Amino acid sequence: MGAAAGCATIGEADPRDPVEGLNRAVYAFNDGVDQVIAKPIATAYVSVIPDPVRERVRNFFGNIADLLIGVNNLLQGKLGDAGNDWARFLFNTTFGLFGIHDVATEMGFEKHNEDFGQTFGRWGAGNGPYIVLPFLGPSTLRDAMGTVLDIRGDPLTRPGHGERDALIVLRLTSQRADLLDAGTLLEEAAFDKYIFTRDAYLQRRRSLIYDGSPPRERIPDARLDLPDVSSRVPPVAQARTLGTYAPRVPANYEPVIAVLEGAQG
Amino acid sequence: MMLRSLRGLLTGIALAAYAAASAQAEVPPDVLVKTVTLEIVDIIAKDKDIQAGDKKKVIELVEAKVLPHFSFPSMTALAMGQNWPMASAEQKKRLTEEFKSLLVRTYASALAAYSDQKFEFRPLHARPTDTDVTVQVRVLQSGVQPISIDYGMEKTASGWKTYDVVVGGVSLVVNYRTEFRNQVRDVGVEGLIRELQAKNRALESADAASGKK
Repeated sequence: MGAAAGCATIGEADPRDPVEGLNRAVYAFNDGVDQVIAKPIATAYVSVIPDPVRERVRNFFGNIADLLIGVNNLLQGKLGDAGNDWARFLFNTTFGLFGIHDVATEMGFEKHNEDFGQTFGRWGAGNGPYIVLPFLGPSTLRDAMGTVLDIRGDPLTRPGHGERDALIVLRLTSQRADLLDAGTLLEEAAFDKYIFTRDAYLQRRRSLIYDGSPPRERIPDARLDLPDVSSRVPPVAQARTLGTYAPRVPANYEPVIAVLEGAQG
Repeated sequence: MMLRSLRGLLTGIALAAYAAASAQAEVPPDVLVKTVTLEIVDIIAKDKDIQAGDKKKVIELVEAKVLPHFSFPSMTALAMGQNWPMASAEQKKRLTEEFKSLLVRTYASALAAYSDQKFEFRPLHARPTDTDVTVQVRVLQSGVQPISIDYGMEKTASGWKTYDVVVGGVSLVVNYRTEFRNQVRDVGVEGLIRELQAKNRALESADAASGKK
């Protein structure tokens, strides 16, 4: 009976998520912790602290993060981006008063998003299995190893003073507060929050690793994912146009492209 | 030599005339995205009810301004993937209708969260003959990386229509694939339609309840 119920919810295993049962349990635990502690604190933070102050808090922690973002860009061989990130840190720490003002963005130094998980991905490491980490949430084997280094390298996690613990709590609050709207959206949009979160995480990480423009993915069983596009454009004509100009088709339609190109050639 | 450059010039003029003619025929996709985005943002900025969290009004706004530029049959087909051809014509119609309601609501929630962020409209990389393009917009916010919003758009008889919205690398349509596949596997196409209906009704009544308070 119990086994049957388990099958009904999980069904055939998703190859990307071999430990789905365990992950779902951790996800439920995290969701509970979030509902009882993190979300109420973040909600109170948003209602008590005015928007401009919250922006300064966000800037302050964003500035500290730029140091490690630069290190990761360096490790990924993007020297220009690394220089950009450290220039940001330099300008924001000085002219931006310890980072509370993001003057670097106005000067044309764009904020990046990098971490060790992305660096490993850039070096060629695959996701490995999807893992939901206790407290930290969605991850993969690769990203979890990256997270270990992220935490190690984080200036705020150096052992010591009580103020640092307070800063870490403030940072977590600020980060959770920025996700409140996304949480509402998730509640509304998803049938199964676990699946929706997992798929969004995997799409998001893939996009981040390629800095927003991931290459097309070739999926072996692409034929199964072919949507009915015959009503729109004749398949051969579409295959021809799809094949010739890459950026026109969003990266997630690889299966379609693969099949159409196969049909053509 | 002279003749060749003259021919080149003539070809150039002919191409330019052709481009001008086709531009007149319809609004280019990037211009469309920019116009609609700025129009909506302007309405939200002026509307006190929406700022106070009037969900119904945002939904009305989306239905009036955004909906005409979306191709919901394409979105539903892409989200259904392998299961789309299995649905009957009548089921496809109902699926599209319910998915549309859900997406409009989701879109409205995202809009309601908007608070005076700046937009950057990126130049469109496409040829005049393209019928399927990606229009890139970025939302700029202090202290965090800009959030990218990519609109997958296709050319139709009634102008350019959006068939996917990719936010921060996450395609809304692709993200529904696993969910839809699981539902169809467990309860069939008819069951999926019922689930969508139930979800939409639950969200509507939740809105109505919060609206009365």
